[in-house]
Amino acid sequence: MKKEEPGVLMPEKKSIYKEITYSFEDPFFSPFEIQMGPQHPSTHGVLKLRLILEGEKIVDLEPVVGFLHRGVEKLAENMNYAQVLPLTDRLDYISAMNNNTGYALVVERLLGIEPPPRGKYLRSMVCELARIASHLLWLATHALDIGAMTVFLYCFREREMILNFFEKICGARLTVSYPRIGGVRLDVEESVLEEIYNFIPYMYEKIEEYEGLLSENRIWLDRTKGVGVITGEEALAYGLTGPSLRGSGIPYDVRKHFPYDAYPEVEFEVPVGKNGDTYDRYWVRLQEMRQSLRIVKQCIEKMPEGPVCAELSPDLDMPLYKRAYRAEAFGESTLIAFLNEGAQIVPKGELYSAVEGAKGELGFYLVSDGSGKPYRLHIRAPSFIHISALKKLSQGHFLADLVAIIGTLDIVMGECDR
Amino acid sequence: MALSEGLFWAIFVTLLKIAVVLGIVLLHAAYTVYAERKIIGRMQARLGPMEVGPYGLLQPIADLVKLLFKEDIIPQEAHKVIFQMAPLLVLVFAITNLSVIPFHPSFSIADVNLGVLVILAFAGLGTYGIILAGYSSGSKYSLLGGLRSAAQILSYEIPLGLSLAGVILYAESFRLQDIVASQANSLFGMNVIPQILGFIVFLICAFAETNRAPFDLPEAESELVAGYITEYSGFRMGIFFLGEYISMYVMALLISLCYFGGWTLPIWLTTLLPFIKVIPPTLILILKVYFFIFLFIWVRATFPRYRFDQLMSISWKVLIPLALLNFLWIAFLKWRMLT
Repeated sequence: MKKEEPGVLMPEKKSIYKEITYSFEDPFFSPFEIQMGPQHPSTHGVLKLRLILEGEKIVDLEPVVGFLHRGVEKLAENMNYAQVLPLTDRLDYISAMNNNTGYALVVERLLGIEPPPRGKYLRSMVCELARIASHLLWLATHALDIGAMTVFLYCFREREMILNFFEKICGARLTVSYPRIGGVRLDVEESVLEEIYNFIPYMYEKIEEYEGLLSENRIWLDRTKGVGVITGEEALAYGLTGPSLRGSGIPYDVRKHFPYDAYPEVEFEVPVGKNGDTYDRYWVRLQEMRQSLRIVKQCIEKMPEGPVCAELSPDLDMPLYKRAYRAEAFGESTLIAFLNEGAQIVPKGELYSAVEGAKGELGFYLVSDGSGKPYRLHIRAPSFIHISALKKLSQGHFLADLVAIIGTLDIVMGECDR
Repeated sequence: MALSEGLFWAIFVTLLKIAVVLGIVLLHAAYTVYAERKIIGRMQARLGPMEVGPYGLLQPIADLVKLLFKEDIIPQEAHKVIFQMAPLLVLVFAITNLSVIPFHPSFSIADVNLGVLVILAFAGLGTYGIILAGYSSGSKYSLLGGLRSAAQILSYEIPLGLSLAGVILYAESFRLQDIVASQANSLFGMNVIPQILGFIVFLICAFAETNRAPFDLPEAESELVAGYITEYSGFRMGIFFLGEYISMYVMALLISLCYFGGWTLPIWLTTLLPFIKVIPPTLILILKVYFFIFLFIWVRATFPRYRFDQLMSISWKVLIPLALLNFLWIAFLKWRMLT
């Protein structure tokens, strides 16, 4: 037991109550402070929330981030452009394909490289598969937070299949580094494409199954409808993007508005919700999984023949490694000479380019000073921006709703803390 | 003071009965955990325990040994006496319920005239264990779990009692043996047919009473980490689980006895299928109980969790009126039967 020693003044405990603007004159107000996380089953990683509760009602909330900070942006400044790519795997590690594509795209735009058509189609295909995998993981954890245990395992069953496809495509399951600057790393075998093609109708069936377990479930509707409401204007003001914004009825999608890769050539719709509540965001994501399947199907059907990676000399992609390996034979000086070769071709300039990540608009802001290394790489991480809306969304809700709201924003701390 | 021979035998027989019932129920509780993991595993496209023994059959024993050898941690902030007592309260009150439940027309530990009331009383007292566990742990999550449990019990004792009132009125007795007998003699054969409303209300309340999904709010792991058990470890935690599973059995027994005719089968069923008469009465009861245990597990695998304000509003706005309606309907039925 902690005992206060007589005569010794205890140091004043730093309180966060002082900064908050509610009335302490209210005699019935008895605040209750909880530090939720960073070790908590439903803060999706290492998010910490300082909560002030009254009973079970949330009075105030302050997200504390940074427990997973690895300094990706700073690390990138000391690497050449090709070396940064594997770091982006570790942002939103659930849909690494989208991150790789986003980074590859910004460097391609800087260098003026255009990937060959097959590379573009493959990239879009794996991005959409990654989006499905990400949404599956989101649905799994969201449902588990609300208490539906079975959906969790069903989703993981299907996600496992997608990860197996990734393994067949590039050898890695999670941190893939498959999309590269100028295309993709390797061509995909026809048999794998066929397997993915056969997976599509199966996945449609499974989405129906999830809907059967959740959309028609009275408890699920009670727990999600009217929870965490945010209007379209507010969502825009908070900078929400992706399904979280589309749930509020604003049909903004980078794939439609600023198309990249194969997206201009495939047909798909952007599902939007109406009420901006948890249920609408859930509905939007399920519909998005269907649209992603549509895109994957079209990508495989329209898949052109040809090379998968742009051939540029000196290339920043695969050939770099080939030459680097060769350099080992010739001695270290050759390797250094080669790595510096990059400096010759990278122009000076600043540029922002974004992709539609699984969580929202994943942007890369790149400043190049022409040295072959990024002068500054800023990553617009949707998870980080979404966390800022947490307080707004959970106003006047219960503690039990808070886990639903954290779930509905689809936060990945790896991306948030970078 | 020497005991008279009659008293000695009475005590001896009672102790023997207690040993038999306790042994069977504790074994059942341990293996219900195994069954739950297996059944839910099957429903969730996975295997469940497979490692210990054939098909993981020795898993409960391994779990028990593991729990016994774990360190017994009492948090610094905890109120030690209450903290140590709380799990025992849960277990003791759950087990006490078993004393008045008849397992056979002529077998029960205590033949109490007010059997139903005794069960309701002890089921309500069991919640004290949870509330005290939450209060004494010195953890905020535990406290919230304990408070939720208090709110839950306040809302759910009432419809639980009201729905049973219909059964009691129909049987004109509080004694469980009489309730079963009245069902066997009645036209319907089972209380569930005339009292379907009461049965539904009772079933929902039974889930809330035993803290099972979708009403497992006091231990909602996604919000409150583990609710009132957050600070418990080792065998104290095991005792909470044991209490929960035993109270599941108590509720399943109560449903079988009060609504499904206990060890009897309805007359229309035995005339339709005469060969099922050979099933011994206790086996009939056990099969019914197993079905409801399965239902408990099935529901846990299927439904999300309710929010605690929703749970209260369901209780006060839906279940209590339904239970009252059921009571009125049984009163009407009884009046028609008597006149």
